[in-house]
Amino acid sequence: MKARVLLAIAGLLLAPAALAIDTTQLPDPALQARYEALTHELRCMQCQNQSIADSPVGLASDLRREVAEQLLAGSSDQQVRDYMSARYGDFILFRPRMSARTAWLWALPGVLLLGGVVVAWRIVRRRSAMVADDPDFDTPDS
Amino acid sequence: MLPELGHFALILALLLAALQAFFGLAGPALGRDRWLAAVVPATAGQAVMVAAAFGCLIASFVRFDFSVVYVAQNSNSALPLVYRIAAVWGAHEGSLLLWIVLLACWTIAVAFGISRLPPRFAARVLGVLGLVSFGFLLFTLATSNPFLRLDPAAADGRDLNPLLQDPALAMHPPLLYTGYVGFAVAFAFAVAAMLEGRLDQTWARWTRPWTLAAWAFLTVGIALGSWWAYYELGWGGYWFWDPVENASFMPWLVGTALVHSLAVTDKRGLFKSWTLLLAIIAFSLSLLGTFLVRSGVLVSVHSFAADPARGVFILAFLVIMIGGALSLYAWRAPLLRSAAGFEFASRESFLLFNNILLVIAAATVFGGTLAPLISDTLGLGTLSVGPQYFNPTFLLPMLPLIALAAIGVHSNWKRGRIRERSRPVIVTGLISLAVSLAVVFGYYAGRPGLAPVSIALGIWLVLSSLVDPIDRLRRRLSLPRAVLGMTLAHVAVGVFVVSVTAVESYTVERDVALARGETVQVGGFDFRFDGVDALHGPNYDGVHGVVQVARNGRSIATLQPEKRRYFVQQSVMTEAAIRSQAGRDLFVALGEDLGAGRWSLRIQVRPLINYIWLAALLMALGGLLAASDRRYRTARATAAEPIGAGQGSIA
Amino acid sequence: MNRYLWPLVAFALLAIVLGVGIKNSKTKGVVASPLIGKAAPDFVLPDLRDPDRPFDSRSMRGRWYVLNVWGTWCVECRAEHAALMAAKASGKLPIVGLNWKDDSAGALGWLAQLGDPYVAVPVDADGRVAIDYGVYGAPESFLIDPRGIIVHKQIGALTDAIWESDFVARAVTP
Repeated sequence: MKARVLLAIAGLLLAPAALAIDTTQLPDPALQARYEALTHELRCMQCQNQSIADSPVGLASDLRREVAEQLLAGSSDQQVRDYMSARYGDFILFRPRMSARTAWLWALPGVLLLGGVVVAWRIVRRRSAMVADDPDFDTPDS
Repeated sequence: MLPELGHFALILALLLAALQAFFGLAGPALGRDRWLAAVVPATAGQAVMVAAAFGCLIASFVRFDFSVVYVAQNSNSALPLVYRIAAVWGAHEGSLLLWIVLLACWTIAVAFGISRLPPRFAARVLGVLGLVSFGFLLFTLATSNPFLRLDPAAADGRDLNPLLQDPALAMHPPLLYTGYVGFAVAFAFAVAAMLEGRLDQTWARWTRPWTLAAWAFLTVGIALGSWWAYYELGWGGYWFWDPVENASFMPWLVGTALVHSLAVTDKRGLFKSWTLLLAIIAFSLSLLGTFLVRSGVLVSVHSFAADPARGVFILAFLVIMIGGALSLYAWRAPLLRSAAGFEFASRESFLLFNNILLVIAAATVFGGTLAPLISDTLGLGTLSVGPQYFNPTFLLPMLPLIALAAIGVHSNWKRGRIRERSRPVIVTGLISLAVSLAVVFGYYAGRPGLAPVSIALGIWLVLSSLVDPIDRLRRRLSLPRAVLGMTLAHVAVGVFVVSVTAVESYTVERDVALARGETVQVGGFDFRFDGVDALHGPNYDGVHGVVQVARNGRSIATLQPEKRRYFVQQSVMTEAAIRSQAGRDLFVALGEDLGAGRWSLRIQVRPLINYIWLAALLMALGGLLAASDRRYRTARATAAEPIGAGQGSIA
Repeated sequence: MNRYLWPLVAFALLAIVLGVGIKNSKTKGVVASPLIGKAAPDFVLPDLRDPDRPFDSRSMRGRWYVLNVWGTWCVECRAEHAALMAAKASGKLPIVGLNWKDDSAGALGWLAQLGDPYVAVPVDADGRVAIDYGVYGAPESFLIDPRGIIVHKQIGALTDAIWESDFVARAVTP
């Protein structure tokens, strides 16, 4: 695969030096905003570490054109995402889709936070009960 | 000749590191106190050898020795001197050597700093550091020797990656690694304490200044990398939630938690096992970062060339070091019991909340970063995790953290007397809310969302942190460096929150195609494109655009965004032009020639963005200031005395 | 269980994940196509050699064939070309060469110079068909069965060995 060989040659920092400046203007500001958001959440498959909004490679500009055309044709954001992942797999989505396979990832922060609250509450309750027996508690502090 | 000398010095360093580890760990374990005397000489010898090897590599670069593979790959006869030196750590092999050099520096500093600690404990600390150094030296010699020769020598080198030919990025790895490696010291103290069975709170006291210093360096290192990404990558972004960025951010989050939990352990003898665990995790995440960057298991912008063999080696090293430390932890931590109590709204409680939230934030970043790997391992398919995941999930623990910090700075140890201090908390809170609403709705006219909340929280933390120090100054009370440093860091966090929110919510950005003489208005400024001119640099040429910026008809700046083509690697680099004003950055990057004199341009007006890095710098200063507090120096002097039950505080 | 053992357990799990990661890192960036087992998208495109006679992918129904995506700008395509010529000589599977975002004169010159392994060369000038096939880097090759279902996808250059094991073997004994 071309991209991979290039990466191997590049050797050290793989950051792409050039950027694409995408001057596409959709007629309607709301559509333009959706276009910009969508192109930023689709991964450029060829360089793999940029969104298609920032990538200068040809495929990225083809995909941007595709996004623009579909939005103009009245597709919803989700329809565009589905269109892309049907062809390139979920790898193309920088925002992992919510599904049974990614439930753990999306649940993670909330579960951690709930767990944290429970742990904090238990520790504070236990320690505040220990105040009475703490011989050191009433000694002056620096 | 020099490369062979360097290679030989590395081998000697490996042997000396082995001796350092052996005498430092086996001496106390077997009760051979005479062995302890060998630890410091071995440490010093190892440092000298490592420095010699590093010197040889630098000399090879300075003298254009293209018979060395690593030099031929990363330098060029047209490369200026300063970047020839920076090129030493421009790729995997040399940066690994830099890691080892910085570890040697820390080790020498520790050897001096802890000379008054109990000799067995000091020997163990140096022994653990020797073991870390041994692992990295073996790694270098076995898989990543920078001194390999090229026969026949290359006529010229392939040049340093043009992205790295930049002052900030030349300094970024040394500072970042100083932070990473610094957590090795906290780790070594923790392991030594567990081996020693000396688990009273004095080890926390000894560890604190080292951890603070490491944390400060890591802060500056990350900030420099982010600043560089902002002006050099040409995208105008400063944080991409890329796996390699996350790899440096996770140890920072856990390190921040560690700095706070050390305070509790030091002052109150509480959370001892938790603090130990954090010390282990902070360093583990540093090692994990090294693994992620160099093994090629994740797709990233910044990683080094992937090599599974290196991955296997680092993984083995991780398993030995981290697995060993965690086993020791499972064995020793159950012995740690503290009878100390605290009330609900005491400082202990707030620091507990701080730790829990920071660890949750770190775990979230960890989960998102490793999600592609985890998903693949569990057979759940490939996936990508980008900013669209990290931004919202990271805020979840962070917003409460800032709010609790604003309240918590007024809490007292032991007693939950926060109600007596509620006045400054409420007053500063109301002021912040008013200012935030005024700014958001008055100045920026809308787009609320979370912006007013988080701007208010940031201002609240700034004001709230300042109440006590100002009060102390007014009453002519002394302001110890620890308090001053803490205040500075907390204020900086507040400033950071405000500036990040402003940048994220109120940046105005336009990507436009302009012909010569055309003007576009962005964020209240008029940008007029005056065409492009040729550009000639020492090892590149290219074009630069000329963009006149005016506000209300008055010219305020001429920006010259560049597009450089470096001769050797034929790579095109975008150099954005940035004009920093007090309240905002005007940013212009030059895109492609669209024909007929038209060029694509990216124009951004980013409010308060410079305060992000200023805040990081202030945080680091705060950390260093606190690390230099007198109490740690007196603590060291008295530490050699027998330690009692270890309750209460010494200072 | 001793709760202080949990960190060790968690680390052991992490080490396993990282180990698997290293094992898979050789194929990192090679994205399995979601199109395997699905119908190959139909298309009608002009043929490089005779633009007036469009190529219709449905004309390939009823037999096994390979759709090879190539371009003259693609370095690895040149490396792959000998294997394609050998595959043609063996005569086991017809190859359709999708010419992706290329310059037609250059492409004709390439085939004249290096040999022409293709039964047809549809020209995908604007890259739309390539997007439908989820192509993200040339060369890529799809094995398509008589019903028009994509059976296998090769990312990167073909070799004689890969051709035999992954394409011919699958087509003969599906």
